[in-house]
Amino acid sequence: MSEAVKIKLSKKDLESDQDVRWCPGCGDYAILATVQRTLATLGIKRENTVFISGIGCSSRFPYYMNTYGFHTIHGRAPAIASGLKITRPELDVWVITGDGDGLSIGGNHMIHALRRNMDLKIILFNNQIYGLTKGQYSPTSQPGTRAPSTPTGSIDFPLNPISLALSTGATFVARAADTDAKLMGKILEEAYKHKGAVFIEMLQNCPVFNDGVWEGVKDDPAGKQIALAEGKPLLFAGGTKGIRLGAGLVPEIVDVGEGAGKVPASELLVHTERGSHLYANLLAQLVQPKFPMPMGILYREDKPTYEMLANQQVHEAITKQGAGDLTKLLYSGMVWEVGADGTRH
Amino acid sequence: MQTKQLDRVVIRFVGDSGDGMQLTGTEFAKAAAEAGNDISTFPDFPAEIRAPAGSLFGVSGFQLHFSSSEIHTPGDAPDVLVAMNPAGLKTNLKDLVDHGTLIVNTGAFIEANLKKAGYQTNPLEDGSLSKYKVHSVDISHLTMTALDGTELSTKEKGRAKNFFALGLVFWMYGREPESEIRRIHQQFAKKPEFGEANVKVFKAGYHYGETAEVFQTVYKVPPATFAPGMYRNITGNEAIALGLVVGADLAGKKLFYSGYPITPASSILHSLAKYKNFGTLTFQAEDEIAAMGAALGAAYGGSIAVTASSGPGIALKGEAMGLGVMTELPVVILNIQRGGPSTGLPTKTEQSDLSQSLFGRNGESPLPVLAAKSPGDTFYCAIEAVKIATRYMVPVILLSDGYIANGSEPWPLPNLASLPRFDVVHRTDPNNYFVYQRDEKTLARAWVVPGTPGLEHRIGGIEKDALTGNISYAPDNHEKQTKVRAEKVARIAQDIGELDLSGPESGDVLVIGWGGTYGALRQAQQTLLAQGKQVSHAHLRWLSPLEPGLAKIIRNFKHVIVAELNMGQLRQVIRAEFLIDVVGLNKIQGLPFKVREVQDAIEKLLTEAPKPSASTSQPLATA
Repeated sequence: MSEAVKIKLSKKDLESDQDVRWCPGCGDYAILATVQRTLATLGIKRENTVFISGIGCSSRFPYYMNTYGFHTIHGRAPAIASGLKITRPELDVWVITGDGDGLSIGGNHMIHALRRNMDLKIILFNNQIYGLTKGQYSPTSQPGTRAPSTPTGSIDFPLNPISLALSTGATFVARAADTDAKLMGKILEEAYKHKGAVFIEMLQNCPVFNDGVWEGVKDDPAGKQIALAEGKPLLFAGGTKGIRLGAGLVPEIVDVGEGAGKVPASELLVHTERGSHLYANLLAQLVQPKFPMPMGILYREDKPTYEMLANQQVHEAITKQGAGDLTKLLYSGMVWEVGADGTRH
Repeated sequence: MQTKQLDRVVIRFVGDSGDGMQLTGTEFAKAAAEAGNDISTFPDFPAEIRAPAGSLFGVSGFQLHFSSSEIHTPGDAPDVLVAMNPAGLKTNLKDLVDHGTLIVNTGAFIEANLKKAGYQTNPLEDGSLSKYKVHSVDISHLTMTALDGTELSTKEKGRAKNFFALGLVFWMYGREPESEIRRIHQQFAKKPEFGEANVKVFKAGYHYGETAEVFQTVYKVPPATFAPGMYRNITGNEAIALGLVVGADLAGKKLFYSGYPITPASSILHSLAKYKNFGTLTFQAEDEIAAMGAALGAAYGGSIAVTASSGPGIALKGEAMGLGVMTELPVVILNIQRGGPSTGLPTKTEQSDLSQSLFGRNGESPLPVLAAKSPGDTFYCAIEAVKIATRYMVPVILLSDGYIANGSEPWPLPNLASLPRFDVVHRTDPNNYFVYQRDEKTLARAWVVPGTPGLEHRIGGIEKDALTGNISYAPDNHEKQTKVRAEKVARIAQDIGELDLSGPESGDVLVIGWGGTYGALRQAQQTLLAQGKQVSHAHLRWLSPLEPGLAKIIRNFKHVIVAELNMGQLRQVIRAEFLIDVVGLNKIQGLPFKVREVQDAIEKLLTEAPKPSASTSQPLATA
């Protein structure tokens, strides 16, 4: 992935000649710009970079990247990306998906790509709504979401994308908001360097069908977000509040400081990206409106990737058995010769 | 004791699905092949892995036809039936020829088993078997006796009884026991105590034949004559796997195979997973859709990408196949057909996915479709599918079926050096590159793979401009692209070889078939032709585009009959294509055609005057 000689690219080099067609004010613009800007600084080779998407607003993304791109079918991007990555492990493969594409119709492919630790950089744009089909509620919508398909309010419970990613085996799990270019850039850089299944939940605003759904998190970052920092306690609200682990592993919000009713910072949970799954899952449970949401890299782990192991098995077979000999293969099993007289010899 | 020479024998082994009948049949087939006979096999087993012992639905069978002359099918009716239990006898006796030989394991004819099989009285005692040559042998007991003094449990001993039956038929047909003994030891190399026990029982069966005075005759089926060369015995799924590996090599590329477990396609994945030293990558995907998706991804990356399934799985792959049509990527899709619809008859054969292959996707979505006619032919069809997919940049469907997949035949080994190469070249020149710029002859777009500098581009399922490949909703462009996708498939006709026609180019009856029915159709036609009847048989390898050779002859016959194991799917295509009357011979029983059924249908037509009315298109029912 990291090249010996870094190639200098500008953001412009990563822009395709196609007009970007998202609605005015869509959070996707900011994500696209940040991806282009960040990748340009990382020394990538455009020809070795592939963006693969499913169906939905976010999935138009590959058309706007001046790299290789494949706009596939609804929910199947991780499967198509897996076939590419297994056979061409040297390529950088990014998957762009959304809450409907990646967690509803394509949920099965998502969990298995993560389970296998396939080296795919999956960015899931979560806007809690189906945009392209005009506003139906999605698997991440809050209960009671009024939408054309649920005029009296949705009645099913949402799933937690981070929780799902952790439990299925993603080895790099992060979250950023579309408005926070700085954090997004940092996460993208770390994700690019990570060897294994990356899952980034991008909190993205749909100004047409679900405007402001993340405002509770985004309008007051200091108050509603925990900026995760390695080795630092889980603090928010300008450092006046923090997260402590109570009895029964229940996270609780406490006032931080000295004095009555306050808790010293030393009693708070301290963030580590390479902590236990238990800790990362606990972070995943911190969601609005009850909790501030942790932003940044929630979890990472080094583990062999699927495509590496698959190609290693091929390599080992060739080393042990020698490169395949087709004649030998065809002539294996019970082989006999029929002579010129037409009978068996 | 006398020795009687026979030209050909059809033998069927039947018993519980846990009785090892498939192994017995396979081993006896190997012995026949080893003795130089021509062979054809037909395994017929239930979908249940271990159905309740003694039940009618749990009966597993294996039919073997071995002969001193050339044969095309596993035989219409068994001359010999080896029944390991009452349920096997009950479900198979009706097929045994009159005065046929019946070998019965009397040890299994106990009251409980008789009841499970629905026998009111014991058929061995009530005279109902009087028209057969019955040999009653207590195989269960003799197996136990042979294993007296071994460490094995009673249950383990009981499991060896199929080897007693195998030993017995080895003796009956004068087969050489030594190489079988070697094979048993090899097969059980990891559990030598079982290998030892099975050899003991096998020998006991063999010696029983020799010493017990129940058999008065030993039969001898002399070797058949074959064209000179090297041979091996092969099943369709083994041959198709080999064809894929060879096809990828001829294309100068690596093979990627993705699949999801499904009967009767799974064994292709099992074979290919062992061929890693050929650079073959296999991927057991999370579902059928992912298997198709991964194949597309691998094709996009420049591999020879293949996925396989059976009807229900192909249905799931349909949308992703359409993406392959739209993005014009070379993928080979194998459909090892089974009885449908829905789960249908997973372990039985049928040809009912032709319409699905031709039409089973949304939109105008034509694909090339070809079908293999025999186990060995799957090898060549797999190579052809790879060649056409890469030459025309299109997904190709190759149809096989459960009958070909599991059936075996002696296979003349190909001379690899004689197979023409079709090395793939990926475009690397960035000058004047347009995604949908096409080759004049094949209409294929260039196969540009990621990693090629200066050729970065985007593809996808949305309609694209006929040149640039950018998204286009322009009305004329869509019509143009739709037509060019169809024309591309039509042009494959220029790469299709001679029509496989047996018999004169004109006459009274033309039998048209495709796929695994080849053997029965060809044998029926040749028999009737030898009797002086003007009957020809055209067997189609290519179904989309239709074999060009068919148009030249189809109007030269008084009657055209399309024989297929479905309700008339090819017949519908032929009628639409040629606007002529066509009669159907159709069978939907999960079983292959019998030669007799085909002959009867043709003879019936020969006695009828041609009727141009639509009513003759009704299928001729088979028994």
